[in-house]
Amino acid sequence: MGKISGAEIFVKSLKAEGVEHIFGYPGGVIIPIGDQMYDDDEITFHLTRHEQGAVHAADGYARATGKVGVCLATSGPGATNLVTGIATAHMDSIPIVAITGQVKSSLIGNDAFQEADMSGITRPITKHNYLVKDVKDLAKTIKEAFHIARTGRPGPVLIDLPVDVQMDKAEFKYPKTVNLKGYKPTYKGHSGQIKKIIKAIKKSKRPVIYAGGGIIMSEAAKELTSFARKTNIPVTTTLMGLGGFPEDDSLSLGMLGMHGTAYANHAVQSADLIIAIGSRFDDRVTGRLDTFAKDAIIAHIDIDPSSVSKNVQVDVPVIGDAKNVLKEMNKLVEKKGFEAWHKQIKKWKKEVPLIYKDDNKLRPQYIVEQIQKTTKNEDVIIATEVGQNQMWAAQHYTYTKPRTWISSGGLGTMGYGFPAAIGAQVGKPGAIVFDIAGDGSIQMNIQELATAVTEKLPIKIVILNNGYLGMVRQWQELFYDKRYAWTVLDRKGATMCPDFVKLAESYGAKGLRITKKEDVAKAIKTAVKTKGPVIMDFVVEKEENVFPMVPAGESINNMLHGLA
Amino acid sequence: MSKFVIAVLVENKFGVLARVSGLFSARGFNIDSLAVGETEDPEVSRITVVVDADEKILEQVKKQLNKLIDVIKVEDLTAGEYVDRELILIKVKAESLKTREKIVKIVDSTKAEIVNSGKKTLTIEEARDEHAVRALIELLRPYGIVEIVRTGKIAIKAD
Ligand SMILES: Cc1ncc(C[n+]2csc(CCOP(=O)(O)OP(=O)(O)O)c2C)c(N)n1
Ligand SMILES: [Mg+2]
Repeated sequence: MGKISGAEIFVKSLKAEGVEHIFGYPGGVIIPIGDQMYDDDEITFHLTRHEQGAVHAADGYARATGKVGVCLATSGPGATNLVTGIATAHMDSIPIVAITGQVKSSLIGNDAFQEADMSGITRPITKHNYLVKDVKDLAKTIKEAFHIARTGRPGPVLIDLPVDVQMDKAEFKYPKTVNLKGYKPTYKGHSGQIKKIIKAIKKSKRPVIYAGGGIIMSEAAKELTSFARKTNIPVTTTLMGLGGFPEDDSLSLGMLGMHGTAYANHAVQSADLIIAIGSRFDDRVTGRLDTFAKDAIIAHIDIDPSSVSKNVQVDVPVIGDAKNVLKEMNKLVEKKGFEAWHKQIKKWKKEVPLIYKDDNKLRPQYIVEQIQKTTKNEDVIIATEVGQNQMWAAQHYTYTKPRTWISSGGLGTMGYGFPAAIGAQVGKPGAIVFDIAGDGSIQMNIQELATAVTEKLPIKIVILNNGYLGMVRQWQELFYDKRYAWTVLDRKGATMCPDFVKLAESYGAKGLRITKKEDVAKAIKTAVKTKGPVIMDFVVEKEENVFPMVPAGESINNMLHGLA
Repeated sequence: MSKFVIAVLVENKFGVLARVSGLFSARGFNIDSLAVGETEDPEVSRITVVVDADEKILEQVKKQLNKLIDVIKVEDLTAGEYVDRELILIKVKAESLKTREKIVKIVDSTKAEIVNSGKKTLTIEEARDEHAVRALIELLRPYGIVEIVRTGKIAIKAD
């Protein structure tokens, strides 16, 4: 076989990986790749309006489909614009491969025009990264990158690709296998350890399953559901685990943690056995560590050994893939009554339900509920920005299926939701994709409205417009004497927000403003019927708060309630 | 905080050292010494790190070292018996004949060796374990140490 250019090897390798979509933005040192793809329609290139948009879109695509998301940027500023998105994917274990162009090999280290040391910059925020110095290594590198991104505990991998390597020629042969001495994830759980969990369940009187994003990653929602039903153990999920267990099941406790349900937090604190699956005892979940589930035996199933006993000392660790381990456990478990326990949980659900003041004012929680009510029986994906909007979206929508919830958990990246929704819509063209947004967050990547309009991606943006950087304002209200430093977005006479309806129209999208409760359902229906992207600007109660709330550093059963 | 000797077997590739040392520095652990060299397999290098660390956090660092794609194995040598060596070169002031004789005597009483004698200095090589190295430095200190160069500790598990 003859020799072909690095750019051609690159495109052929991506095809060999089954890549259908790339999100990216051009620049000097990736022109050879762009040129190679110009006549090619097997892979669709989605031109975003900012590299941050591209990387979040790749991430949203990955979360919605389970496939590896791919993004591409030029060297220097293009590449550094990816950093927030790579860190976001890293914190939430999302498989993406980010490719950055790099200056000519001979210029690396010379402060060349648009040079940035991307392997250095992204070392702590990638699962692994590469600088390709020889075109002969390119195919193997791409093979490894995809393998690393999608296996084990998934994560972002960066490939930095100098422009001369894209032009140099080599023979192309895509490797069939990878051989990485130091990387052999454990998928199968240790059977002895699994038996210990089964024994612990037998002894337990008050067990709780605490499930995280690992359930979604390993496609274990079905196995988790049968495990819970077989054992009759209640399930709480983390923010990342939403959709991993049907919240309309009577065993569901909803989300736990800082803004979790009161009954989930009480159940965890009173449990005598916690079965953590694909979750990592994040501080937003555990609250004050020394009081977290302190009477419970802690079992932890996770594919990443470094997650075990990191924050909370684990009594029964099982290293393995959640799906595999659950399958094994499902063969061994027996149903138990746990009658007293379920009675207690029922009591909590009645005493401290998840509620808000549902009066005749336009409240954000109501809007979230209406999104669900008006789109029943449809395939819906909810993406979110960060802040109160994200927490209301988590609390007041009932998630029943995996990969229907797309939100930046670990990093909490404002500006994530809209580009992620674009990626999700590309991956799931049949779904209705909402971005539940704040008036602050939406401005962080609003430029992607051009992408959505151009590509006819009918994303429905729901702005819960409270005129504040609301979540920060909430903390200021509760803990800083209502001193609203830097969080007021619409001062009288000097609005710091654009008119979102006009803004939508200026991009060629539809804009709707809703100020009354009775108009909510109608507006959502109109938006869903509209072919292209729509911004719905809901002017909501300005000082509505997210409750329950566990103040930072408190025990999670010490919650503030809004209505109690 | 206490001292740990950690051996990390890694793929012999560029960038690996930065990944390994980055895990320590990101937690504010000071690396006392770090030595890298090829092993019996030319594709594999061994990094020996001596670090002052909190045991619980170090436990986490070891797991995260294992998580690095290029890391093949992590061994905490302090957990068992091990043999360690460090090569050290000590340059001491030795201007008068009397001083030089004294220093030569000291060196002769140990397994160290004089590897360079300058007009005003003597350079001594010592290559044994930590205790021997430390003892020699203390013996030579009164004469005025001009410069010390050390390779960092290497260590191997004792059988
Ligand atoms: C990129 C980024 N910058 C700052 C923050 C800190 N922060 C968290 S929530 C929040 C307010 C978000 O305001 P808005 O989007 O209007 O949402 P709301 O809380 O009002 O619903 C801020 C500033 C963040 N999470 N991300
Ligand atoms: Mg707001």
